[in-house]
Amino acid sequence: MGVGCGLMGGFVVTRKLSLFGDTLSHAVLPGVAVGFLWSQSKNSISIIVGAMIAGFLGVFLISLLKKTTKVGLDSALGLVLSGFYAVGICLLTRIQKMEFGNQSGIDRYLFGQIAGLSTQDVWAMGISCILIVLITTIFYKELLVTGFDHGFARSIGLPVDLLQYFLWMLLSFSVITSLQVVGVILVSALLIIPAATASIITQKMKSLLLWSALLGMVAGVIGTYLSFLGGRLPTGPLIVLTSTLLFILALFFHPENGLLFKWLRLRGKERKIALENTLKAVYQELEWNNFSQDTVQLGNLAKRRRISMPEMHLEAIHLVKKDFAFLLPVKDQVLPSENTLSLSPTGWSEACRIVRNHRLWELYLTNEVQYAADHVHEDAEKIEHVLGDETVRKIERILSNPKTDPHGKLIPSQQDIEQGYIDKMIAKNLP
Amino acid sequence: MTEFFPPLDLNDTFWAPWATQKDFAWNAQIVGMGIMVSLSCGLIGAFIVARKLALMGDAISHGILPGLAIAFIATKSKALFPMFIGACGAGLLCSFCIEWLHKKTPLKMDAALGLTFTSFFALGVLLITQMGNNAHIDAECLLYGEIGFTPLAESIYWGSIEIGSRPLLSIGLVTLVIILIITVFYKQLMVTSFDQTLSVSLGLSVRTVHYGLMLLLAITIVASFESVGVILVIAMLIFPSTTASFFFTRMPAILFCSFPLSIFYSFGGFFLARWLDCSIAGSMVVVAMACFGIAWLFGTENGILTNLFFRKKTILDHSN
Repeated sequence: MGVGCGLMGGFVVTRKLSLFGDTLSHAVLPGVAVGFLWSQSKNSISIIVGAMIAGFLGVFLISLLKKTTKVGLDSALGLVLSGFYAVGICLLTRIQKMEFGNQSGIDRYLFGQIAGLSTQDVWAMGISCILIVLITTIFYKELLVTGFDHGFARSIGLPVDLLQYFLWMLLSFSVITSLQVVGVILVSALLIIPAATASIITQKMKSLLLWSALLGMVAGVIGTYLSFLGGRLPTGPLIVLTSTLLFILALFFHPENGLLFKWLRLRGKERKIALENTLKAVYQELEWNNFSQDTVQLGNLAKRRRISMPEMHLEAIHLVKKDFAFLLPVKDQVLPSENTLSLSPTGWSEACRIVRNHRLWELYLTNEVQYAADHVHEDAEKIEHVLGDETVRKIERILSNPKTDPHGKLIPSQQDIEQGYIDKMIAKNLP
Repeated sequence: MTEFFPPLDLNDTFWAPWATQKDFAWNAQIVGMGIMVSLSCGLIGAFIVARKLALMGDAISHGILPGLAIAFIATKSKALFPMFIGACGAGLLCSFCIEWLHKKTPLKMDAALGLTFTSFFALGVLLITQMGNNAHIDAECLLYGEIGFTPLAESIYWGSIEIGSRPLLSIGLVTLVIILIITVFYKQLMVTSFDQTLSVSLGLSVRTVHYGLMLLLAITIVASFESVGVILVIAMLIFPSTTASFFFTRMPAILFCSFPLSIFYSFGGFFLARWLDCSIAGSMVVVAMACFGIAWLFGTENGILTNLFFRKKTILDHSN
């Protein structure tokens, strides 16, 4: 059953019809009641037929409401859901007061209890599951096309409306057969949650369906097992909660799309950017001193980066950890802001690279893209962190190896990097 | 074997409930409860429907269940205040979860909604069944409610004067609060419902109004779930305003329509339930559904018959 619902759910969720399943599962209730009334016993077949008819009536009413009135889709769903449900409740309460009503425990349909299943029910469920699997494999292509591109499906001559109704029929079929296990309300959970989980794990429809079926099955097995552990534990809610748990696990811990790993990656990038910005600030500070000193004061760096002193101190420690710089030993009686820092050879070349990226991009924007010189800085601030070596070479070629940026500052050259900072300083300050 | 439709005994159905003073007091409470539930839901519902949040109401009404259960377990009583806090907390948490899932993950709105509220609901059902039989709230009562128990609930006393039964009193209070809030903040609600850009430029916080409305919705649902059950609350939210929208297009008119409609639903539902001997809340919604059907057919704005008639006329106009 988990498999069947999972498979159907794959189609349902990708068609943005999740709440349709919910509506359908409520709307079949009067059908169940009427079916029961008809046969006056808990006969699976008459109940299933009744539920099918009610489900179809509900679907039909929703599309009718959508076509003939200005009522929004959400309201239409709500109207049908609650209206049908109310009729169902009326019928059920009426049935309970009639003579044969008490024998059945028909309100099991509301919550479901797996232990109360008869062999007949299990057979019906197995058959419907196999049917759903078969049909989805046979009509996979058709269902896929109609699900994602209505216009295209119509143009290649597929009977779109027919397929739509066909899908709805399958949907109500799986809803009805699962009713007895999980009950009216939680059926929709079985439709939505495994498919939603699968949609986090994968983007491809085929693997989405497989995952969704697998997850449905796992949740079903674990939930049922849990419900056997305790005495009075209800099956339906446990199955649903298990699949919710699986969803949460996938949401946070999936290696590619999990939020935790995304967050970690994002943090890593943020730190890299902060580091590069600090290196750039060091370069600018050195440049401001005309490359006459080999150290910079942390206080000046903090001012350039517009961050507080403690933050600056942390940044400096990061630089040291990455071997980009040395913190010089503290002399006596100095303010924290007067601590000094000097770049290592790797730090120097890294700082040159960033500044070069920044200035090259500014030049590229002004010369080739015709930006005004005072508009290019913001853009370069972002792009400097992502430009790769190859792109930089390309830009250099386009701009024919420029020396200065639009603001008249020197672009650090390959030679500067190779020469190293100390040599540059010495060379610069030699008369 | 009893027939499904018992013969309609006019006297028994319509007159007997009001014959003696005791019966009158009893049944008047039930009908009064029905009126106030459908009135408060209808008023809030008009805004909910206008904002296309109808299914949010569905979600919240399911989502409050664990809150109720936890409040009950914590206090071991059905006292109004903790229940109220628990339900509001759970309702707001539910709507936060939905929005967070919608914004921060690739899930679409409907999937986020369905996922959240079914999980909340499952948790709630699990908690309630764990409480066992000593609990006064059982899952079925929450699901389809029993308005007929209203007079059975314990009364609240002011000093030594009996004021009324607890559910009646709480829903009365909620109805008053809702009417008050809607009259005071009418403009803000309207602007944020229909023109978000304008409301931002007027300096109104759309988010605050949104969550305020969600809170109000949660309050209404808490006050009415006992009598109509969590699912039929949705019906009470959506039916009045959609029915009214077949006759009126302006918001004030739709809001005022909730008054006669709620009175009609309550009396109609009461009589229907008395005739068929079934759930009162259920039959109230059945009456609401019938009203909606009639409005759909005969409504002056976009009713099926009106549309047919007018369309023909416009076609004729063109051909002349």
